[in-house]
Amino acid sequence: MTEQSYPPNLVTDAVDGVRKRHRKEIRFRLLGLSAILASLGFLVFFIASIVTTGYGAFVKTVVLVDVDLTLDSLGLEDGYTPKDLEEISYRTVARNAIRDMFPEVSGRSARRELTGLLGAGAEFELKDFVLKNPDLVGAPQSFWMTASDDFDLFNKGGAREETATQLSSQQKDWYRSLLRDSRVKTTFNASFLTASDSRDPELAGVWGAIKGSFFALGICLLLSFTVGVLAAIYLEEFAPKNRWTSLLEVNINNLAAVPSITYGLLGLAIFLGIFGLPRSASLVGGMVLALMTLPTIIISSRVSLQAVPPSIREAALGIGASHIQAVFHHVVPLALPGMLTGTIIGMARALGETAPLLMIGMVAFIADAPASVLDPASALPVQVYLWADSPERAFAEKTAGAILVLLAFLVAMNMAAVVLRKRFEKRW
Amino acid sequence: MMNKFNMALAAAALIGATGTAPALARDEIRIVGSSTVYPFSTVVAERFGKTTEFKTPVVESTGTGGGFKLFCAGAGENTPDISNASRAIKSSEIALCASNGVTEIVEVKVGYDGIVVANAKGATHFELSTRDLFLALAKDVPDENGGLTPNTAKTWRDVNPTLPATKIEVLGPPPTSGTRDAFAELAMESGCKSFAWVKDLKKTDKSKYKAICHSVREDGAYIEAGENDNLIVQKLVANENALGIFGFSFLDQNSDKVQASTIDGTEATFDNIADGSYAVSRPLFFYVKKAHVGVIPGLEEFVLAFIDEEATGEDGYLADRGLIPMSADEHTAQAAKVSNFEPLTH
Repeated sequence: MTEQSYPPNLVTDAVDGVRKRHRKEIRFRLLGLSAILASLGFLVFFIASIVTTGYGAFVKTVVLVDVDLTLDSLGLEDGYTPKDLEEISYRTVARNAIRDMFPEVSGRSARRELTGLLGAGAEFELKDFVLKNPDLVGAPQSFWMTASDDFDLFNKGGAREETATQLSSQQKDWYRSLLRDSRVKTTFNASFLTASDSRDPELAGVWGAIKGSFFALGICLLLSFTVGVLAAIYLEEFAPKNRWTSLLEVNINNLAAVPSITYGLLGLAIFLGIFGLPRSASLVGGMVLALMTLPTIIISSRVSLQAVPPSIREAALGIGASHIQAVFHHVVPLALPGMLTGTIIGMARALGETAPLLMIGMVAFIADAPASVLDPASALPVQVYLWADSPERAFAEKTAGAILVLLAFLVAMNMAAVVLRKRFEKRW
Repeated sequence: MMNKFNMALAAAALIGATGTAPALARDEIRIVGSSTVYPFSTVVAERFGKTTEFKTPVVESTGTGGGFKLFCAGAGENTPDISNASRAIKSSEIALCASNGVTEIVEVKVGYDGIVVANAKGATHFELSTRDLFLALAKDVPDENGGLTPNTAKTWRDVNPTLPATKIEVLGPPPTSGTRDAFAELAMESGCKSFAWVKDLKKTDKSKYKAICHSVREDGAYIEAGENDNLIVQKLVANENALGIFGFSFLDQNSDKVQASTIDGTEATFDNIADGSYAVSRPLFFYVKKAHVGVIPGLEEFVLAFIDEEATGEDGYLADRGLIPMSADEHTAQAAKVSNFEPLTH
């Protein structure tokens, strides 16, 4: 007998085993796929709900109002000076304009309801218009003015009866008659991006918050990047490896996991309490955020320094470079893309933080955009938080709109991180 | 690549350099305190900034207690000028202020605020009494003979046979909130006092009286829903069985979504709160540091703008925002008192 015979079990066992392994693999893939699909689903739901609510923040309702700009109604006389134009009571002019459009309305409360159709900023809008176009003074003009928040919601909500209970039925009738005369339209709301915080939703914008965030992040970058990178270079390239440096290392890693409000408390006690820096200033905000991002930057910078092959360092030293020269001319430039990526990710986290800012007074109503880092300032996430807490209904869409602006900045920063990495990355 | 590094540093330095203007002397008013007064304070601040040459005051919402802590930390530029409060200042807070050198404090009454108990529109409308609220929400329920038993009421019918048999589920603010303090003081305490022996206890053992009347049950019937009243409104719409406790201005803004229960037979309306017939209403205040008047530019003008007829008067713009104004007489008296900046006497 030359033929070799195998025990029959061995073949079937092997086939079974292979099948089992394949099944396992398929199961694992399905699980992974469903995990990704689930998180993608959440993300899509989140973005969709924010975009559908927040879209309204970027458009506004305007009403075409006939404004009587004759000298008589402005209370001016021939030969008026530009200074006289500034001192007109535009509030009265705006009120008279809307009243003249519905001359049949009488009675105090009805007239008050009528002027309630115009936004709280109508007088300032009118003033700007007149000061910019002084040659139009002297004749009746038609002028698109921002509508009040309730009116705006009613219009954008498709004028359904059940929306905007803040409007009386009479106000809704006025709306319909204005709509018939095509005196109502929706336009891009530029002031949402150029104005600062206001308690009137139709006037509120994110500019002050963007500026505050910009100042705070600038300070944060300046401090945390320089200190963080220098600390990382020292620890990685120069520091002796002993018990103290490993203790330091453990502490830095721990700091990265400390809840962010702790840094706010630290800032309150030290920067405000001991140094006496001004409360609510973006300078202090940036310093607190820098404390928070420092550990992240140190850790990522050290990792990217470690990733530079030792041969480069050794080659530099071998042809006579000093230690400092080897590090700063050869190692650091190669590690820089990784350091920058870590920094940008740390910055993106700092951009979304409110907790540390709460303690140092940046969570506040600040209507003037900051002009310097010492002025009181808020920040984008703070604006989201404050608007979410406001009673006026129209702030819901402003909240979502501010979240969209914040997300846009975050996406831009993360894109920058990807681009930097792609462009400067070296592979060995 | 070193160039890139240098450029990044230069850019960062530039950002830092834009903020070199020395702003040592503070030229804007700083306000801290109650989140209930915040929506009104900010409106006055914004108008003040727009219509005068002064800067817009900065308003922080820190809660009444947190506000006084900052306010009483001392006098000087690093401390706030005004503290908003949804209750009167306590004697302990006056003492804290005095020990830090803040001796002259001017009290300004702004108006009133109602606290409403509401549920989703379309659900059963509740007609509650303060006693019902107390029996539903108290931690321990007194009986007529001077005993205390832990609260076991599951449904509103257990509390009062005329009420529907829905589960007791009340969303309200956490203990750090002034609204919660006021609710405990005005609604719960008044229901609590309907027990004769508890009422007598007030004279003999005040702290025990307070413990009985102000303690809210912790078995899930009262749900702490955070300080955000908008969130409470949303949760009420999603859950027809729940009732929610929040300020009148949020009822005003959401009257298409929620309805307020009557309390002791009185509806929570603007007029009923203004004339005092609605039980759960409280005065709102702000406190001014007199030492800062004349030092911080615009402070005096701001206080006067706040008590102006145009702001806090019966037809003032704050009434449109949900503030319940004082009666004309009270307003005139208040304005006269405040315009002299008479400090509190203690």
